[in-house]
Formats: sequence, structure tokens, C-alpha cells
Amino acid sequence: MWVRSTLAYRTSFVMMTVGNFAASALDFVAIMLMFSQIDALGGFSLPEVAFLYGTSSVSLGLADLLFGSMDRLGRRVRDGTLDTLLLRPAPVFAQVAADRFALRRLGRITQGLLVLGWSVSRLDVDWTAGRMLMVPLMTVCGAAIFAAVFTAGAAFQFWAQDAAEVQNSFTYGGNTMLQYPPTVFAQDLVRGVTFLIPLAFVNWLPALRLLGRPDPLGLPGWVDFVGPAVAALMCAGAGLAWRYGLRAYRSTGS
Amino acid sequence: MLYAAVAAGSFRRYATYRTATVAGVFTNTVFGFILAYTYIALWDERPRLGGYDQAQAVTYVWTGQALLAAVALMVGGVDELQERIRSGDIAVDLYRPADLQLWWLSADLGRAALQLIGRGVVPMAAGALFFPLALPSSTLTWGCFLLSTALAVVVSFALRYLVALACFWLLDGAGLALVSGLACMFFSGMVLPLRVFPGGFGELAQLLPWAAMLQVPADVLLGARTGGSLLRGLAFQAVWGVALLALGRVVQSAATRKVVVHGG
Repeated sequence: MWVRSTLAYRTSFVMMTVGNFAASALDFVAIMLMFSQIDALGGFSLPEVAFLYGTSSVSLGLADLLFGSMDRLGRRVRDGTLDTLLLRPAPVFAQVAADRFALRRLGRITQGLLVLGWSVSRLDVDWTAGRMLMVPLMTVCGAAIFAAVFTAGAAFQFWAQDAAEVQNSFTYGGNTMLQYPPTVFAQDLVRGVTFLIPLAFVNWLPALRLLGRPDPLGLPGWVDFVGPAVAALMCAGAGLAWRYGLRAYRSTGS
Repeated sequence: MLYAAVAAGSFRRYATYRTATVAGVFTNTVFGFILAYTYIALWDERPRLGGYDQAQAVTYVWTGQALLAAVALMVGGVDELQERIRSGDIAVDLYRPADLQLWWLSADLGRAALQLIGRGVVPMAAGALFFPLALPSSTLTWGCFLLSTALAVVVSFALRYLVALACFWLLDGAGLALVSGLACMFFSGMVLPLRVFPGGFGELAQLLPWAAMLQVPADVLLGARTGGSLLRGLAFQAVWGVALLALGRVVQSAATRKVVVHGG
């Protein structure tokens, strides 16, 4: 339904998709402008940063396409329209995720894939079958991790209502952070996104392994491969938070 | 005095969104941290890039986060007026015994004042707590910065007003609003200071109206503009503000002649 409704204003749809493409491309333009002045950032070359950028963008893009509408939940709780969704004979979670489903978000994925493709062709990596397989696997796990953050953020809004921006700082903010090498950031910040909100498993840890770089926290090598387990755990946790939030929901009564 | 009341009303209205303001402060602070570290890495490689030292570069990041909401440097920001035009509610506004453009300008100034306080002060303080910043010690510089910020809001409003008016012809203006928001983020210096843009492209970017929205006020605060350069900066903002508001009036009169109000 939302796909058809957005396709109705054709010019606007094209502009939105192109805009979505351009919006995520702006970050990469910034990186390229930086590299017009320097050769390495935090010890990483442009193709290496582009690899981080591409993997993180595609992961977030996939999660955003499927769950990006979850941040509208706060508004629905506030104005009471969530009650409509509760009455329909379909899972509330699916309805909230599909709320204003925006096909234009394909723009971000496309842009991320282009940068990823370019970086892979320029990287100095010995591409064995295992390494090749690692790239799609890490983007899917990364998407699952971001999806868990979207869901947990939405669950949080059953109480906070107006706090969609907090969720944005973990998803879009986390994405911005993961686009840069971990060497750029203070150790405490890197620790925070490894142990507290394990965004580092989206791309930093597996990518450092692929690029043959030491990880800045000096973790044991097997940690680089636990991404799928972390993603599964986070999704389970987010699912619980969602159920708990939905149970605790009290309508506005207006 | 009517317009002062509109501004005050708008200030109070945005003051009621307390959770949203706290959430916004949180987001601005998180992004401030991330960007500050990347700028530090960049300035480690190229000290004095764009004429800034590292403390100035980091201050630039936090100024951007502090002004983001007030000057509406992000994508979006015309939604309300645009929605009123699309739905036809604009007819009510036109019927009011007040000037449409001045009405919305006053409301926007009220909104900006609240957001400068609500979403500007805390991220800047957080930045000052964790990074060495190059903040001015003289009250005069702070005063000039506030004046420059006010002019930045006027330029920003004038541009957003034009985009919203385009809705009279486009019906669904979301695409145009997005494109204009992107141009704003890029050419205001939000993505990277315009002084870092290479060569002639950088010089051109500093002449466009978006430069009046972040680059100029930030340079005033960083002390990168003093004396004649400071006056030129303020004049640059004022000229763009007046020119865009005047253009807005022309488009507005063309648009209002087009309006057909359905009775019922």
C-alpha cells in the first residue's frame, strides 16, 4: 500500500530516491574531500576507509529499509493512533515496521554497494573463497545488529514517546562512526561500541581481520568471528524488549 | 507587536517538547563526539588545514552541532508551512490581518531562539568539557556571534520559505525540500568546513547563501573573522537575507494570486 502511494507522486518519488542516494553519498563526499588533502586517516588509506564505509552503509541501508519506520512509533503512541494497529488482525510489530514503508531507501543501499564494489576492486587483499564469503555475511549480520537497535529503540519509545532522536544517534550516528577507522577514536569510545552497544561487530572487527590490521583493543582473534552470535543475541534481546514494551503500553485515552 | 507575540508564542510552543529537546541534545552530543575525533585525525595529518588550528577545528564541530537545530541545517524544516499549503489550511493564514511572510519569520525566530538555548548550550558545554576548544573570552565576540547567528536564521528561513512556496505549484514538495536540505548541509559547511574545500570550488562555495548559515557564524566565534573581515561577513549575511526575503515576497504575491479557496 505504501509502495503504491509513494509511487503516485512519480516526480517526487524519483527526487526522493535520488535524494536518499545523495544524502548518504554526502558522507562519502566528505571523506573524499578529506582525502584530497591527506593520504591516510588514522593510518588507513582511502580504499580501506571506503571498505568500512561501504559495509556499514549497506548494513544500515538494509535495516533501514525494513525497520527504518520504527521511529514513527513514538508519534503513534503520543497521538493514540497505535490503538488502530492493535485492533487489526496482524502482528503489531509487522505493522509498525511496514508503516510508511519507503522504497526510496533503496538509494542508500545502492550507494553503499557502489562504494563497497569500488573499494573491493582497489583493496590489497588476497581474495580467497572464505574471505569473499565473509563480506556478504558481515553485511547481513550488521543489518541484523542495526535492526535490533531500531527495534529496541522503538520499544524504548513506549515510555519515552518523543525520543526518536535517541534511536537515531545509535543507528545513524553509529553508522557515521563505523565509516571511520577505529584508530581515529578514543579507546573508551571504541570499548563502548564493542561491549556496551556492540556496533563494532557490524564491520570493524571482521573488516580489521580482512584487512590484516590489529584490533585496537587487543581482543583475542576468535572475537572477530562471533558477529553472527552477537547479532542473534541482540535480536533476541530487542524482541524481548519489544514484547515487554507492548505489554506495558497504555493508550492515551483521548 | 503582533509579530513579537507570534515569536514568543512559537518559543513557548517549542519549549513544551521537552523529551524531544533532551533527545536532540543527546544526538547532537553523540555526533559532536564522532565528528570531533575525525577532525582531530584529519588535523593530525594536516595541521593548519583551512587556516584553523586543531582547537579551532574541534570548536567548529561543536558550533555546527549547537547551531544545527536553531539554524535548521538538517534536511527538513519546512514541513509545517508546506503541509498547510498542501492541505489548503494556508487559506486561513492568508485571511489573517497579518503579513504571511513576517508571520512565519517571527514564528521561526521564536523557534530558533528556543532551540539555540535548548539544543545549543548543552552540546557546546559537553564539547568544552571533553576537548580543548578555542572559545572567545571577549563579550563583544560572543555578541557578534549571536548577531551573526540571528542573521543565519533569517537567511535559512528565507530559503526554506521559498522552498515551501514552491508547493503552490508542485503540490507534493517533499522531494524539493529534501534536495534543498542536502544542498544546505553540504554548502553551509556542516559536512566539512568550506575553507577545507579545494581551490576555486571552495571559493565559490563561500559566496553562496548557505555559507551565511554556518561558515560565517562559526568563523566569528572561532576568531577567524575580526575587524574588516568580521564586518564583511555580517554584511554578506545581511545582503543574502534581504535579497532572499525580497524574492520570497515576489513569489508569495504570485502564489497568492493563484490560490483558489473551495467553499463548503
